[in-house]
Amino acid sequence: MHPAASVIFFTVFSGIGYGLMTLLGLSATLGWLPREPVMGAVGLGIAAAAVTAGLLSSTWHLGRPERAMRAFSQWRSSWLSREGVLAVATYGPLLLLAYVWIFSPDSASFALWSLLTAALALATVYCTAMIYRSLRPIPQWATPWTVANYMLLGLAGGAVWLVAIAQAFGAMRLEFAAFALAALALAWLAKRAYWRYIDTAPVTSTAETATGLGHIGRVRKLEGPHTEANYLLKEMGYRVARKHAAKLRRYAQGLAFLMPALVVALSSALSGFAGAALAVAAGVLVTAGLLIERWLFFAEAKHVVTLYYG
Amino acid sequence: MTSLPETTERRLGLVIDLDICVGCHACAVNCKEWNTGGHMAPLTDIDAYEAGQDGVWFNRIHSFEVVPDESGPNGGGPGQTVHFPKSCLHCAEPACVTVCPTGASYKREEDGIVLVNEDICIGCKLCSWACPYGAREFDTDQGVMKKCTLCIDRIYNENLEEVERVPACVSTCPVSARHFGDLGDPNSEVSRLVEARGGYDLMPEMGYRPTNKYLPPRPRRCGDSEADSQAGQAPEPEAAARPENPLLRWADMLLSR
Repeated sequence: MHPAASVIFFTVFSGIGYGLMTLLGLSATLGWLPREPVMGAVGLGIAAAAVTAGLLSSTWHLGRPERAMRAFSQWRSSWLSREGVLAVATYGPLLLLAYVWIFSPDSASFALWSLLTAALALATVYCTAMIYRSLRPIPQWATPWTVANYMLLGLAGGAVWLVAIAQAFGAMRLEFAAFALAALALAWLAKRAYWRYIDTAPVTSTAETATGLGHIGRVRKLEGPHTEANYLLKEMGYRVARKHAAKLRRYAQGLAFLMPALVVALSSALSGFAGAALAVAAGVLVTAGLLIERWLFFAEAKHVVTLYYG
Repeated sequence: MTSLPETTERRLGLVIDLDICVGCHACAVNCKEWNTGGHMAPLTDIDAYEAGQDGVWFNRIHSFEVVPDESGPNGGGPGQTVHFPKSCLHCAEPACVTVCPTGASYKREEDGIVLVNEDICIGCKLCSWACPYGAREFDTDQGVMKKCTLCIDRIYNENLEEVERVPACVSTCPVSARHFGDLGDPNSEVSRLVEARGGYDLMPEMGYRPTNKYLPPRPRRCGDSEADSQAGQAPEPEAAARPENPLLRWADMLLSR
């Protein structure tokens, strides 16, 4: 599949943003994070900015962005529509959470808004994952590992950025580092399991089933229907060399999991400017790593329509 | 509304005979010709007269070579070329419709035709990802998705002679390899054709239950069969044994009849 920059940017930034707002609210509700107004504004502001930038960038992918409002209508059948509805709905409790955090941190409703924000944020990421997981013509996406990846990668990215915010405001606790390391480890395992799945899953559709000529023999393309690339080949026929993918998988693992884990561990041993600078660096690393990971998620996916094109 | 109808009154679709399709592309050309002025018009072309041209087509003609397996029914026989027209299959379970976030894609309850309402399509392209058959092509100029309409502007068009109320691809096929009708009616001509010839679904493992059916090519005659090996051989042995005398030879031939 063609790795469109707008969709890669959207899924990575919204995933991290939703993960971060979930963890900020829950940490403050548990009392691990002080309900300090400036930290609340900055932390939730960063999370909301990441999500909003992602949502806006996803509209660049549209042929008619001026009609984007129509995408909220078909939530009965469409995961894309459900994602849109939940993404917008999340702003409600998020804004209320930000309001109570800044203006009345002792309000009894704090826990309610943070739990609602977490539930809707995670549900939105789940819908994003289900858009891909439900596409049977793309076998590399139509697996439960897709959902596990999106949820855990969003939470891991959010957890690293939570460390960065806690360090920047001098509110670091060991729990944050421990949670970030655990989330990174789990996300890494899920990503490796996903790669093992797509490398070894049995092939169900072939040129023989696509043409229905398998009962006669082996099917080979003789002549394409057109000499130039068409929409189908440009959108679905994206090819990435195997050895290229292997190298990128190593970079993605280093940047998204190993290096952030090391830097978070190092940061947790320090405080002040050094600790904060390291934690922010870990956030930048995990974000860059996830952009490569997401590029691969698209580039390594092979749509079955390519079977007709040999 | 992108939820699917539970059943459709009719299941209009195509039956494509791979045994006789000659791969002339006339169906694709006439499809383009009709539909660029039809319901989903225009079928935009980009840089049509330059290298790297692109454009929207509803019907594409692939050509495959099938090499028989040694153990198959045509084992060890000659390979064959199969021309393979492909357009929207108007599936009974079209995920292209259910993934649509806007309601632009829909499946008609009355005849099962899958259509796009261009006026509300946002061009998110998700439906084209959801189609295993590559039936949907994005119009980069108009910013909306386009697809085969089964020529709804022909098949119900009372301004056309009744014989012309079939999809453009069907009306133009010079070898009658394309048939149009109601595949939901077991007694329709197309259903009987599917029954008689073993018509089949493309990629049944995807679970989309396509309406359009393909008729398999008949097995080709094998080059090494007994009948073939005898054809073209020298005259039968007794002819050589005939008398040399022309008169006797003539008599022999006359009496041999």
